[in-house]
Amino acid sequence: MSEPLASRGSVPGRSLGRREFLQTTGILTGVLAAGSPFALLAPSRAWAVDLTSLTSSEGETLIAATRTIAPHDKLEDAAYAIVIRAIDAAAAKDEALHKQLKEGVASLGAGFAKASEDARVAALKRVESSAFFQNLRVQTLLVLYSTPMAYAHFGYEGEAFSKGGYVFRGFNDLRWLPEVPLADSGPVPAES
Amino acid sequence: MKRGWVARIEQSDAGAVVIIGSGAGGGTLAHELTRRGIKVVLLEAGQRQSLATFSQNPGEAFGQLTWLDPRTQSGNWDPVKSYPTLPAWVCKTVGGTTVHWTGATPRIRPWEIRARSTYGDVPGASLIDWPIEYAELKNYYQLAERRLLVTRRNGNPGMPASNNFKVMYAGAKKLGYKRVHTNYMAINTRPGDGRGFCIQQGFCVQGCKTGAKWSTLYTEIPRAEATGNLDLRAGCMATRIEHGADGHVTGVVYRDAEGHEQRQQARIVCVAGNAIETPRLLLLSESAKFPHGLANSSGQVGRNYCHHINGFIWGTFSQPVRFWRGVVLGGIVEDETVNEPKRGFFGGYHLELVSLDLPTLPSVGLPYGWGRDFASIIDDYPNMAGMFINGEDLPQAENRITLDPKVKDANGLPVAHVHVDEHANDKAMRQHARAQATRMYESIGAKRVILSPTTPATHNMCTARMSASPRDGVANAHGQAHDIPNLFISDGSAFSSPGSANPTLTIVALALRQGDYISRQLTARKL
Repeated sequence: MSEPLASRGSVPGRSLGRREFLQTTGILTGVLAAGSPFALLAPSRAWAVDLTSLTSSEGETLIAATRTIAPHDKLEDAAYAIVIRAIDAAAAKDEALHKQLKEGVASLGAGFAKASEDARVAALKRVESSAFFQNLRVQTLLVLYSTPMAYAHFGYEGEAFSKGGYVFRGFNDLRWLPEVPLADSGPVPAES
Repeated sequence: MKRGWVARIEQSDAGAVVIIGSGAGGGTLAHELTRRGIKVVLLEAGQRQSLATFSQNPGEAFGQLTWLDPRTQSGNWDPVKSYPTLPAWVCKTVGGTTVHWTGATPRIRPWEIRARSTYGDVPGASLIDWPIEYAELKNYYQLAERRLLVTRRNGNPGMPASNNFKVMYAGAKKLGYKRVHTNYMAINTRPGDGRGFCIQQGFCVQGCKTGAKWSTLYTEIPRAEATGNLDLRAGCMATRIEHGADGHVTGVVYRDAEGHEQRQQARIVCVAGNAIETPRLLLLSESAKFPHGLANSSGQVGRNYCHHINGFIWGTFSQPVRFWRGVVLGGIVEDETVNEPKRGFFGGYHLELVSLDLPTLPSVGLPYGWGRDFASIIDDYPNMAGMFINGEDLPQAENRITLDPKVKDANGLPVAHVHVDEHANDKAMRQHARAQATRMYESIGAKRVILSPTTPATHNMCTARMSASPRDGVANAHGQAHDIPNLFISDGSAFSSPGSANPTLTIVALALRQGDYISRQLTARKL
């Protein structure tokens, strides 16, 4: 689920072609933080996510909702935008889901995206038992923590087979507790 | 994957042994029979992967390997609410659940296989003793441990201690636990038996890309193929076992990879579809002669479903652990694996090491939640240590697999319905285990301890159990159906009780034993 940023269609700094522009119904934009590791890789710090079934305003409300569900203040907006893009793409293929999202967003009220966190939490608590909220919560957890931004933010190193595993790269580098006697563990392979 | 030496067995060949399922039980049994010159058709519902095709993307790997066909549930255990369509987390692929298993191979204890004698007449429980002497099971454990190259057995060194294990070990020692080590693992610490060695990737569950972890996919199955006696049919889902007028089974109906119905004749049928699909297939095979399903004169098919008491315990600390580095289950506390009713429950449990990758932890490993408090747990991800409970649950007659009256699968057949109500003993054991694990982490300065709800069962057992009396179970001491001599149960369904050990080693031991029995019976012309 952790596709590279580009394959999600949210390429920082890219411009929209006329044909694509006509197909989109909304757009989310933002700027990567100056210190972000992704800012170094991207041609521009500006990013854009095209929406094909939701409007820009609906997208903004959903971004605010996902940030309220999983609030990590220093995690890039771009990571949350990837969640919205996944939800938008699913809604484009599923009319019932599309309707559920539109009605769910409307139920949160027009001022939701700009409201205080306390107000947003209260608004989400009011709809917590709805299929809209539960679907949004599940999708947020599934997609957000699979993004490369989340990996970088939380320091998660991911797959290691391509790097020879962690056997010589810190699987046993914890030093703030005593070492385990050999009788209860086993020898570390020798690095050749 | 075409291999020159792979056998083609005619569907009309009534001399073939048909094995359904290619995991720890079916894959091992296929090797045991084919190496003795017996022709085997191995039906596997899933597709064949390889070290090269295993995905290193957790979500994709889950989709690639997991049995996701619909199932329904009822009862008071947590997965009914949290995972309504996924009561069990098992595999649908060549190699079965040995592709995603974590390699932990403790043995069931002698007093655990005498469950009824040890625990007595516990109200609400349907306990029986295993119809096998422990001394005999022990011989097969030793054979299985040599086959799998289990660590800490037969002179094999243990796994080295990972960061996550150092935390577990320190906490366990503070509490005075004595039997704490890096677990018995079917994971090579050095190359051996054609398998690679563990590079501590932490991606055991996605399929081990070095092949350090034993799986029938790249050990027993290719060796069975190399005998020239195995016809492995991947993507083939058994839908019915047929029988003749004399009540002996005669063949298996299945859907091939293109969805066409096929029929393979058989001299012997061995069912190893894991403890939900195995009873489902027996129930689906009902007939005028066997109106309640095959091998079900006792009414025990599908009953006594056991799944182990499980649950994660996470501790967050003020310093890094990076628990994703290193083998997932390389740690165990065995001190609570005793029967001491003064703790408030019968039976025992293991605490075993565990970690979850970042994409999986929030959805699967944490209790339901959202907002600041929930997110603050994930903020501590690098400083998190983990373990899980693996305890003996009590068999109950009404905890059972039945055919769902409404929901059908892609072939139009009723799906399995899983019913689980927890016994008071199960709840008391979980409470004790959670308290002990919490004390372990708090004793070494955990900032916070988080307890997960019960997750979908990875250990599924006892739904076609072996019993001394044909009234109490489905099969005899060799997994041979009491009612039908040429029908065998060859997976964890045959366990008479679950014990507290991760089940794979015991499934392999029983498959080796059953392989000996079937070949002896064939030689003696008794089958």
